[in-house]
Amino acid sequence: MGPLAGARGVIVLVAEGLRKRFGANEAVAGVSLAVEPGEMLALIGPNGAGKSTCFNMLGGQLRPDAGEVRLADRVVTGLAPRHLAHLGVGRTFQITASFASMTVRENVQTALLAQKRQAWRFWQAADAQHVGLAEGLLARVGMASQAERPAGVLAYGDLKRLELAMALAGDPVLLLMDEPTAGMAPAERAALMALVRGIARERGVAVLFTEHDMDVVFGQADRVLVLDRGRLIAQGTPEAVRADPRVRAVYLGTAA
Amino acid sequence: MDLIFLQLLTGLAGASTLFLVAAGLTVIFGVTRVVNFSHGSLYMLGAFIAWSLLSRLPREPEYFVLGVLGAAVATAAIGAVLEVVLLRRIYRAPELLQLLATFGVVLVVQDVALWIWGAVDLSLSRPRWLRGAVEIAGLRFPFYDLVLIVVGPAVLGGLLLLFHRTRWGLLVRAATQDRDMVAALGVDQRVLFTSVFALGAGLAGLGGALALPQGSANLNMDLSVIAEAFVVVVVGGMGSLGGAFLAALLIGVLQAFGIALVPKITLVLVFLVMAAVLVVRPHGLLGKPQAMARGEVEALAPIRQAGPALQLLGAVALVLAILAPFVAGPYLLSVLTEAAVAVLFAASLHVMMGPGGMASFGHAAWFGVGAYAAAFAAKGLGAEMAVGLLLAPFAAGGLALLVGAFVVRMSGVYLAMLTLAFAQIAWAVAFQWVEVTGGDNGVLGVWPDSWAADKPTMYWLALLLCVGGALVLRRALFAPFGFALRATRDSALRAEAIGLDAHRLRLAAFVLAGAGAGLSGAVFAYAKGSVFPTYMAIPHSVDALVMVLLGGVQTMAGPVVGAVTFTVLQSWLLMGDFWRIKLGLLIIALVLAFPTGIAGAAAAAWDRWRGRAA
Amino acid sequence: MSVSRRTLLAAGAATLAAPAIVRAQSTSAPIRIGEINSYTAIPAFTLPYRMGWQLAVEQVNAAGGVLGRKLEVISHDDAGKPQDAVRLAGALLDETKVDVLAGGFLSNVGLAMSDVAKQRKRLFVASEPLTDALVWEQGHRYCYRLRPSTYMQVAMMVDDAVKLGAKRWVTVSPNYEYGQSLVKWFKLLMAQRQPGIEFVAEQWPALGRIDAGATVAALAQARPDAIFNGTFGPDLTNFVRQGNTRGLFEKRGVVSVLTGEPEYLEPLGDETPEGWIVTGWPVESVTDASNAGFIAAYRAKFGEMPKMGSVVGHATITAIAAGIAKSGSVETEAMADGFKGAKFATPFGEAYWRAQDNQGTLGTYVGRTAMKGGKGLMVDWRYVDGAKAMPTDEDVKKMRPA
Repeated sequence: MGPLAGARGVIVLVAEGLRKRFGANEAVAGVSLAVEPGEMLALIGPNGAGKSTCFNMLGGQLRPDAGEVRLADRVVTGLAPRHLAHLGVGRTFQITASFASMTVRENVQTALLAQKRQAWRFWQAADAQHVGLAEGLLARVGMASQAERPAGVLAYGDLKRLELAMALAGDPVLLLMDEPTAGMAPAERAALMALVRGIARERGVAVLFTEHDMDVVFGQADRVLVLDRGRLIAQGTPEAVRADPRVRAVYLGTAA
Repeated sequence: MDLIFLQLLTGLAGASTLFLVAAGLTVIFGVTRVVNFSHGSLYMLGAFIAWSLLSRLPREPEYFVLGVLGAAVATAAIGAVLEVVLLRRIYRAPELLQLLATFGVVLVVQDVALWIWGAVDLSLSRPRWLRGAVEIAGLRFPFYDLVLIVVGPAVLGGLLLLFHRTRWGLLVRAATQDRDMVAALGVDQRVLFTSVFALGAGLAGLGGALALPQGSANLNMDLSVIAEAFVVVVVGGMGSLGGAFLAALLIGVLQAFGIALVPKITLVLVFLVMAAVLVVRPHGLLGKPQAMARGEVEALAPIRQAGPALQLLGAVALVLAILAPFVAGPYLLSVLTEAAVAVLFAASLHVMMGPGGMASFGHAAWFGVGAYAAAFAAKGLGAEMAVGLLLAPFAAGGLALLVGAFVVRMSGVYLAMLTLAFAQIAWAVAFQWVEVTGGDNGVLGVWPDSWAADKPTMYWLALLLCVGGALVLRRALFAPFGFALRATRDSALRAEAIGLDAHRLRLAAFVLAGAGAGLSGAVFAYAKGSVFPTYMAIPHSVDALVMVLLGGVQTMAGPVVGAVTFTVLQSWLLMGDFWRIKLGLLIIALVLAFPTGIAGAAAAAWDRWRGRAA
Repeated sequence: MSVSRRTLLAAGAATLAAPAIVRAQSTSAPIRIGEINSYTAIPAFTLPYRMGWQLAVEQVNAAGGVLGRKLEVISHDDAGKPQDAVRLAGALLDETKVDVLAGGFLSNVGLAMSDVAKQRKRLFVASEPLTDALVWEQGHRYCYRLRPSTYMQVAMMVDDAVKLGAKRWVTVSPNYEYGQSLVKWFKLLMAQRQPGIEFVAEQWPALGRIDAGATVAALAQARPDAIFNGTFGPDLTNFVRQGNTRGLFEKRGVVSVLTGEPEYLEPLGDETPEGWIVTGWPVESVTDASNAGFIAAYRAKFGEMPKMGSVVGHATITAIAAGIAKSGSVETEAMADGFKGAKFATPFGEAYWRAQDNQGTLGTYVGRTAMKGGKGLMVDWRYVDGAKAMPTDEDVKKMRPA
């Protein structure tokens, strides 16, 4: 259980007034948001709207120029990803990142060892650690049958599932998923997000994700935030956002 | 004041020659991503060919220019042949294997040049105009040095024009940015690579030819220039022509003033500069991060625990090794002792190179530090052997902790080059701090305690410590630490996201590697009774690389197989003539035949056989 | 020039092609000499050296060998690395079962081999390494050294150096044992002979890596009256060329060690500076019987002029043969005692192993450089017997461990 496990029911993540500038370009110009436990929150916007920058500030890859990020009541602005991981933030990436020289099970075992702060052990055999836990996680994401395969040869959709299992290894309170369905076939996308949604509900995990596929967004998100040129221009239920004229103008209008 | 101006000019002249060599190296690296160790050999060939041409041509300036250009063109042709025959076959191989293959070329060229031009240094009789001097600030300055000062920028200008005003140049620049894009453009990559390699070789040849009038063509030119050329390329930023020029100026001028101010530390000066620049600017003065980050180059096969068959094989080999003194003669026993030392030396490098993903060109430094620590314990403190053996891994590991703090922040070739710089600094300290280290005479009389003085006991001790040490390292690599380390190599992004501290894990691997090498160095010191600065020199670091690559980086048995094979090969080759050309050809053949190393190839063959059987 | 080059090549190729083991055609077991040298690292000296010992082996065996047994030399390359020499020495002793170890070029390699000899209690005859430590500070009963040491080389030239009457001196010497030792002795011996002498600058280029322009400029800046040089080989050529062009040597005395040796003089060609005080070997102008005989035999066998290395290689074998003959045995302890005082013939005339410190009394030639027909040579030369250039017995006693 992460340290915030007792904080169910309160807001998990709050960001206030996040700003980030790259040279003359203000990529994120004052974004505030909040996610609740068990909630699926989608962050959308056209290319270059600042989604990834925003995401990387929340995930610790980038330090904001201004603003604050709080996890439960703790200020975590600019904290490195590995510290966030220990505070209960799970993360998946747009381009999948797994450990290619290990089997699927070893990937999850490594994540478990890391989350339990057991990486600095030099003697016991690693592949005997947390076998049951790892297999449980793999079963939850539908990867049990592939546990002994090398991660380097997995199909793309399976890699995404593996990443999800690894992100869950730390028993997170918050999942940050950057383009979780990028590069997948449409049917697979829905299946994966349905899986995420199920896990979010069942464990009370808050999920913040960016997504290009509007079917996924409007099908799975509880709430949607719309970014344009570094600013939030709309937020609300999928239906409300879909109907918002500003959103239609800057985003759906151009997309349609 | 006069001296300052004159030394500045002298430095600029030196910088020009250095730039020509480095420019070729950096252009080749930019496009082909090959770190060409044989670039110094091309420089040497340029000088020899220039001698052959110029000593037959009339002595007027126009014929001099003709001869120099002829040498450059001939060297370019040799480069093209080299590219077509060898390098083309290994572009897809890991970076370090390419480096190893070009190191094989160095060995071959040395013997070939000896055979063609003979052993005696060949100097060119300088016509009057080449000997002339001009009066500058009341002092004489060689006219030819002025010529060189002009040649450097002129060549830079020419290259920039070539790269920015021609279609070929455009393609070269595009390829430097992104190799695959050029392939997608429908350009014949092979012709492009061959021509780039020829251009780089031609520049090296030009540098060698232009250096001829100042001295002689001789068989030591290749290695004396290559280290400095590497420094220039790395300091400038790999693949950056302008960076190479800046760095050549920096190094050339610094050296000229260094000689005037601190004549005794000339050896270490350039490497201090390189270390300083890389610590501040990890990609060199004008370099950009390499397009491909570490670990993402190729899909890595999973590393598995040895199966029962392999474990049995290992156990049998170990039992045989333990029983060896009952049958082996004293010489074979000393070779086996060396093999045991080599096993730990290679296994320790493998920790950082394989699972750690950090290739080192300076691993010999830790071997040397361990050896000197043992020597210091034995001779300085008069301590028992056990003290020396205990001290060595801590001394080497401790130093590795300091150095590693800078090194592990980097990746790829830059990381390797920084390890090289620190190793060279360590070597120079051992070489030049004569009062403490005995300089190049080394420390003699580091003999084991009487209980271990006979060869079988010493051998068993080496076996216990070195093979035992290697097994401990292996154990750590299959422990959570090893998994975490591999995780940071496979994907630093993911490793951080699951809460791993990549920096500290890499640092720990670096320290572990250093400590292991240090212990192997101490055992070697007691087994051989002596310690020398050459323990830390570049060739010994190359030995370690050869062992690991020969065995295969991506297998745990690799370094062991590689170390034993290499030691036996080396003792056998060294006993015969022409060992350089034999070793060189052998290295090239092995790289071509087993790009994944011997153990890697064996594992693949085993898998295929098993696959067919099943 | 090109003709002699080609013949050298042919000879060199033939030498390389011939097996390293010169097998004697004898039925009784030959006496085996295990020889190690830096053949690939310092080929300019060591390849003529190899031809020299090959000639000597042939001559000794043609004359009936030693103690009725033929000589056999098993030769290896140490690549200039002491650890390789140590390993090869072990192989020669344990595997090849040689009776005597010999060879070495670099001082550190020589010391390393000497240490093996000391530990293993086997005889080592150092041929070329010049460091004094071999017979003094680190000397021991199993190590003999043939050539005049750095001290002796300097001592042979001090008289001439003092005569220059120069007050301000600068030194340039390679930055390792050999070069450091040369400069140390030169400063010491000059200061004893010429009170008030000043050393105003020193340059320490790394061996094989001299930055000649900057080195010459730095020396010139010190405005010396005279220069002491210890560089040799490619470094020397670069140094001389920059020095010539920049006028460093004009109106200045230069004392230069080894520069008169043909392997180092020849590459200087028509830029050989004139009037330098050097040690070396005036191979074109020596006419005495032993020199002439050696040169003739060498030319007949290899078709080229011998070099200093050839002399050292040749004398190494004759000196070992004489030592064994005097010892009457190849048993190590017998040889360690028996070599002392053994007289042997060298191309430079007769020499012997000094009993006190196992140093050979082979001397060298001291003279001045000159140029004739575009080639450098030695003039005004004299042979200095090594026995006359050694410190007193008492001084040696202080330096050499009992």
